[in-house]
Order: sequence, then structure tokens, then C-alpha cells
Amino acid sequence: MDLGPARAPSPTIPVTLTVNGRRQQLELAPFVTLLDLLRGDLALTGTKKGCDHGQCGACTVLVNGVRINSCLKFAVSLDGAEITTIEGLGTPDNLHPLQKAFVEHDAYQCGYCTPGQICSAAGLLSEGHAHSREEIRELMSGNLCRCGAYTNIADAIEEVMAADSETTVREAAE
Amino acid sequence: MTRQTRTGPLETADRVIGFPLSRIEGPLKVTGTAPYAAEHQSADMLHGFVALATIASGRIARIDTADAAAFPGVVKIYTHDNRPRTAWWDSAWKDEVALPGHPFRPLENDRVLFDGQPVAFVVANTFEAARDAAALIRITYEADQPKTSIEVESEKSYVPKEKRSGIAPPPSPRGNADEAFAAAPFKLSSNYTLEGEHHNPMELFATTVLYEGEGRLTIHDKTQGSQNSQGYVCGIFELKPENVRVFNTYVGGAFGSGLRPKHQLFLATMAALDLKQSVQLELSRREMFYLTWRPATVQTVKMAADDNGKLTAILHHAVQATSLYEDYQEVVVNWSGLLYRCDNVKLTYELAEMTVSTPGDMRAPGAATGVFALESAIDELSYQVGLDPLDMRVRNFVHVDQNQDLQLTSKALHACYRQGAERFGWEKRLHAPRSMHDGPDLVGWGMATGVWEAQLTEATARARLSADGSVTVSAAASDIGTGTMTILAQIGAEAFGVDAEHVTVRIGDSQLPKTSVEGGSWTAASTGSAVAAAATAVRQTLLDAAKDMDASPFGKDVTVEQTAIRDGRLVLEINDQVGVALTDILASKNLTFIEEEAKVAPDAQQAKKFVSYTHAAHFVEVMIDEELGVIRVTRVVTAVAAGRILNPKTARSQILGGVVMGIGMALHEEGMIDHRTGRIMNHNLAEYHVPAHADIHDIEVIFVEEHDDKASPIGVKGLGEIGIVGIAAAVANAIYHATGTRVRHLPITIDKVFYAKEAAE
Repeated sequence: MDLGPARAPSPTIPVTLTVNGRRQQLELAPFVTLLDLLRGDLALTGTKKGCDHGQCGACTVLVNGVRINSCLKFAVSLDGAEITTIEGLGTPDNLHPLQKAFVEHDAYQCGYCTPGQICSAAGLLSEGHAHSREEIRELMSGNLCRCGAYTNIADAIEEVMAADSETTVREAAE
Repeated sequence: MTRQTRTGPLETADRVIGFPLSRIEGPLKVTGTAPYAAEHQSADMLHGFVALATIASGRIARIDTADAAAFPGVVKIYTHDNRPRTAWWDSAWKDEVALPGHPFRPLENDRVLFDGQPVAFVVANTFEAARDAAALIRITYEADQPKTSIEVESEKSYVPKEKRSGIAPPPSPRGNADEAFAAAPFKLSSNYTLEGEHHNPMELFATTVLYEGEGRLTIHDKTQGSQNSQGYVCGIFELKPENVRVFNTYVGGAFGSGLRPKHQLFLATMAALDLKQSVQLELSRREMFYLTWRPATVQTVKMAADDNGKLTAILHHAVQATSLYEDYQEVVVNWSGLLYRCDNVKLTYELAEMTVSTPGDMRAPGAATGVFALESAIDELSYQVGLDPLDMRVRNFVHVDQNQDLQLTSKALHACYRQGAERFGWEKRLHAPRSMHDGPDLVGWGMATGVWEAQLTEATARARLSADGSVTVSAAASDIGTGTMTILAQIGAEAFGVDAEHVTVRIGDSQLPKTSVEGGSWTAASTGSAVAAAATAVRQTLLDAAKDMDASPFGKDVTVEQTAIRDGRLVLEINDQVGVALTDILASKNLTFIEEEAKVAPDAQQAKKFVSYTHAAHFVEVMIDEELGVIRVTRVVTAVAAGRILNPKTARSQILGGVVMGIGMALHEEGMIDHRTGRIMNHNLAEYHVPAHADIHDIEVIFVEEHDDKASPIGVKGLGEIGIVGIAAAVANAIYHATGTRVRHLPITIDKVFYAKEAAE
């Protein structure tokens, strides 16, 4: 019996992605998710797999500045996109303000949901829909933290949001 | 580093213990550069995927792997028909914390013992190939009738023949509880149920086995004990310990689920040895529901009080689920005989066998479950007697452990009650149910006590002081988000008079000095004390060397306690002008460093007189929209007495985490089994609800002053569990206060509030 396509090697599709500012030309099987691409071939393991079903938020990255669950996107559907992962936000020696605030407020424990929380918070801040702690909590609810660091995460985001709006006010005044 | 507050004894001035140091590994965690178990690579890595049983009980009649094997990229498929040889005796399969019974052996034979049991293992060149091929395996089953209902199976409960190591069975009855209960003016008899809960740490269970050639393996495993995993694979595969090194440097949460080795460790190691190639296996979220769980439990509490609210009888009976192959046991009922004074107590504990995977320890195993029933019952009784629920508890305060007739090393629970109540504003509470409102919402204020045993386990640690003043402390301990790395750095820094950033902490490696698995809230007390002891040994060696020097400023009588290390010099504590540079001392012995190892163990003599517990008082506010039944926990104040607090920042986080999981226990978490098929229905995070950001409002944590010189050498009692114990009851009690409806079945969902109300009407 000829099983046909199942026996054939998977076809690949050329894709160009800019990941953390670096343009990459890739040949990808169509069924590879952005999450598995990042964690596998691109060795960017800062993006975490927590459920693979879009239910936990651990895999949150920014695609063209918008936060998404990378487990729910096939990489080939993102041709030409700019992707920012946690590694692209800051480094241990040069932390992003959110990363710094997370450390200061102990806004994590095991650290596994943390990159997703931070990428999600970065997306949240640029969306500009959250103006209160309650709205932060509501709009961060796609990112689960089983260690229960929620109040500290809200503290960290609130602090960065306040600093951002001060900067905005100052810039507007100038 | 901010140095605003300190907690605990002040015998050492201006040092790092007691300061809210940020986690030392924080910058790695927030940048995604801390590697977890499935994040180690090698060029030739193979990937695994597990095929799972789709029945809960029965046998495999036939497995057809032909299509799967033909799938591009598949290397090999393992089933019970072709599994490589492993050790025969059960003893080889028993891990450090194994249970009475027969440990589960993946792919051992054709029997299916629980839903989701691994029945085939696909190894392929890519994750996607392994996953897709696994879907092509066709299995025919002969299914038996599953047994998964605790309500039904508890009718055939039994007292476990073999006791689980470290788990105290209920104490002998004292007084005459039945008679006292019958004679009492105030009493209740209530049933409490808990459906199964699932740990669901955010990191999936995963193992990366790096094949190093000639049977040598480097393994990165998601576990709470690297040495437990190492011993397990060495036993099963008859490997030499020196050829197997296990790391668990970063662990993405565990909450008890990683105490015992899981099947991904077995399968990945088996395939790596068989194929002589590196193998990685990361389980799916669904599989996390089949691994280990907080067992379904039915409980009955009978409680009686006299006219003054003094407890005159407590009878507490619990039946918990276990598997067909192991007798898992917890301490569920014993707390009811030790938390309050009562002279007539009868406590009983039994198991019910079900077609489920063996349950496992989940944050405060036993206590979270048993104290829910106890603290719900005493609350209910307080309304009968007509006392404020807090007053009721204070009236029954006890200063000893009546179960074991032992003294307590400390119990600052009065301070927890007082400080917690004050911060919460408890005195403004109106006693009657349904008497407090906020706009259209009913408001309820409830409280509960929490208790957990403070334990110390055997632990060894090493400390090294180098000539440049840098310090390294090491032990095989794990940091599962608990802050272990950070507090060990602080202990090392304090001992050697350096800043924490000059201390290198090495943990999570099976080659390091022996410790037990990370659990039971004992790591800080145990490994922390071992590090402190090793550091003291280094300072002793250093002082001895300094005394040997020509023209040594240290007299023969000077003890290590009289010395300190400041600015790279060993000096006299009372006069730091007197001292010698470390470099000179080491040079005098031709050394570049001094390293010592030290071990701590429980004090058997002390244990004959004393037992140690941590305590908490939780105060909870709920707001309930009565039309919709939506319950929100809007405020929690938790006051904790847990001995010395090494780091208020990470300590607070531990308690916050316990409280949040307790809110989940109270309102959200419920493993749902279809009892007709015996299968778990909600094995994902969309249908098994855990608290999300929107569910968690304000939580305040207070650590009350508690000096304890017996619980552990460094005065620490442990914090991992105490935050959750009693929270579910405090929430339930607040819901009663808000609505007048008592719900005794967790989780307290909208429907239960409505049904209970209707039933009452």
C-alpha cells in the first residue's frame, strides 16, 4: 500500500522573520508553531511552553508590537513579521524597566511564567488600555502564575506604568 | 540592596540575614536566560512523545504501531512488547520518598491502571514527528469497570497496613470523645468533601538526557531532588552513580509534584541508553493531570463545646483516594488533636482504592485538606455558642501538643491572631451573617487558623573561602521558586562578612553534598543550617591556621564565635584592630582556599520532649453578588509565626503563593472525572481553573516575631506550606458570614452557594 504524502519528507516553505532585530531567512515545515521554532531551531528558550493551547500565556511574545500566544501561531503565517521575545527586551546586564521592576518587586518565584508575563506587560503598556490596578489585573489575566506572584506582578507593572506616564507628561510639558 | 527592616534575633549586627535581598538569580529569570529542564540542547537530540491510555482500567489487547513507525523522522517506538530490560525487584524502583506498595513501571505489561497511563513512547528526529506519529498508533483495549468516585469507594475504605515513612498515623484516642459529644450542650456533625486537585506548575514535566558515550549520562530533570532522580535511574537501569549526573538548577514550580520521579525521566533515559543518543521528552499539559494529584477526600468532623465555648469533644474521620498499586497517605486528621485544647479526641484515617494514578503531596499535603474541615467546624460551632469566631479560637488555645504529649518549641499564634485582626479591622465586624453590605454586594469576613509541622531533615553542605575573600556554598538542594539560592547566599555572606554578591551558590546538581528532596518546608531550615555549619567549620580551620602563625594576635583561648571576618581580615569581634589578612593566613599554610563540609540532622534527644510547628491566622473578606452568585476574595490578611525570617521579600512571596493557591482550593480547583469511563474530563488550564490575575486582589502578609532556638540551628521553621493551610476554610467562613450559607464541599462554586441556600430555605 502506498501511504503517499505521509511517507514523503515534509515540504518546507521559505519565511523571513525579524527576531529581536535580526533578520532571518528560514525554510520551515508548515506545522511548526512560532513557539517551537523559537525554542527549537532559534534556541531562544526564554519563551516558555506551559500548555501549547493558548490557555496559560507563558509563550507570550510581541509580533509587530502586539502580544500574542506564540503556541497558537504557525511560524509560516508570519512572513515578514517583527518578533520580540524576552531576550529582545533586555539582558541580565541591561534590564528593561519591566524586568528591573519584576526583580525589585519579587514578581515571580519559579520564573517560568515570567518571560510571558513581562512580554504581556510590555504589550499591555503599549496598548494603553490599562489605567488602574484593576484594569492591569483584568488585562493581564491571560498570563497564569501558579506560584501566585500576582500582587507583586501588579505592583511591578503599576510602577513602570506610573514612570511611563510621568515621562509622557514631562515630554508633553516640554 | 535595601536594608530597611530586619526580622529575628539581633545577635549579629549589620549583616545580610533578615534583609529583603532580591533573588540572586532574578536577572536570569526575567531575561529568559535561566535554562529549565527542556532547554538544554545537543546537535543530535532526539525527541519523544508519549501515547496515553484512553481507558482507566483494563488491558491492552493489541497495539498497532506500523503506521506510526513508517512516519518520516520516527526512530523507534517502545511499547510493553519491546521495552528494554530493567531491574526486576521493586526495591530498585523505589525512590527516596516511595510509598508502601509497588512503584509504577511504565510500559511494564498490558495492564492499564489509570486514565492517561503511558502505553507507548515514540522517539523521532523532531518533536513534531514524534507527536504526529504518536497519533497514528492504534490500540485496542479490553476495558474493566473503573472505580473513580470517592463517595462510592469510601464505603470500602481500609486502614493502610503499611504506614508511609514520615507520615504519623492518627494518635490513640484520648478521653472519651463519644460520651463527651453526646453530653455537650453545643455540637455539630458535618461532612466535608474535596475533589481531586492538580498541581499544575507552569513548567511542564521534562527531561533532557545528554548521552555522553560509554553509558555516561548528563540529565536535566524537572524534579525536587536531583539525587532522587539519579538514584532512581541508577537503580532501574543498573548504572554506576559516577556515570550519571542529574541537574535541576532551575525548576519551574512543582508544589510537591516533583518529589517522586515521573515517567518522562524513565522513558527518556531508557531511550537514550538504548539508542546511545541524547533524548528530550517534554510532557504535555494534559499529561500533567495524570501524574500526581491532591487526592479526593471525604471527611466527617463531630465537634462539641460547653456553655463557655470550650471544646469538649472532637471526632475527625477522613477517607482519601489512593491507587490500585500504592498506599499514598497524608496527615489529614491529626491537626484536629493538636491545634486546640480538647481532652476528648478520636481521630481516624482510612484509604479507598480507586483506578487512578497514585496521589502525591501537593502544597501542605494533608493539612490543607484536614484543616479545611477542622476550621470550618469550629467556625460553625462558634455561631452556635454565640461567640465571635476569633474569640472561640482564642478560648481554646493550647500550649502543648496533646496528641504526642510534647512541648512546643514556640507558638506565637496569639500574636498572629492579635496583629492579623488589628490590621484587618476585625473589631468592626458585625457578628450576624448577612449583616454587612457594600452597595449591592453582600460582604463576609471570615478567619481561620493554619498549622504545619516545622521539620529539619538530614542535610550536608560545603563552604569554601578563597584567598580573594570570595565564598562558594554548595549542596544538592533545589530551588523550586522558594528562594533557596538567595537565602543560602545570605547565610554564606553573613558567616564570612561579605556582601551576598560575593557568594556563589551551587545547588541543583546530584554531585553536590547530599540533601533530601526539596519539600515539606524543610529546605531553608535543613540546608540553611548545613551551610551555616560548614561556614563555621571553615572559620574554625581559618582561626586554627591563624593561631599557628608566627606572632599570631589570636590567643589559644580565642573561639571562632569571638572572631569575625571584615574587609578581608580575620579579626576579633570586640576589636577589629586585632586581626590578620586572609591572604596571609592562607599563604602561611600554602593554601588558595579553605573548604569544609558539614552535616545537620534532627536532634533525637530533643524530639523526645519537643515538637515544632509553624502557625498562621488568616483573615479574609469576600464580596458576593447575590443575584449572580459571583464570589470575589477582595482582601486577605495573613499573619504568620514561622521562627526567624531569613529574607522578608522571598518569605512574603512564599506566603502570597500559599494564599493564592488556597483561594484556588476554595473557589476554583476541581479535577472532574467522568465516573462512567473513569477519565479526567478537564485536563487543561481552560477547564481546570486556577486563580488568574483578575481573581487576586489585596493580600497582606505579616510575620510576627518568634524566637525559636530549637526548631533548627538557624532558628528557621520553613514557609512553603503554611500560607495555604486554613485559607480555604477562611474563605468558606467568610462566605457563610456574607450569605448565611455554609458550603462544606470544595471548591465553592456559584451553584453550590445557590443550592445550599435553596436547601436551607
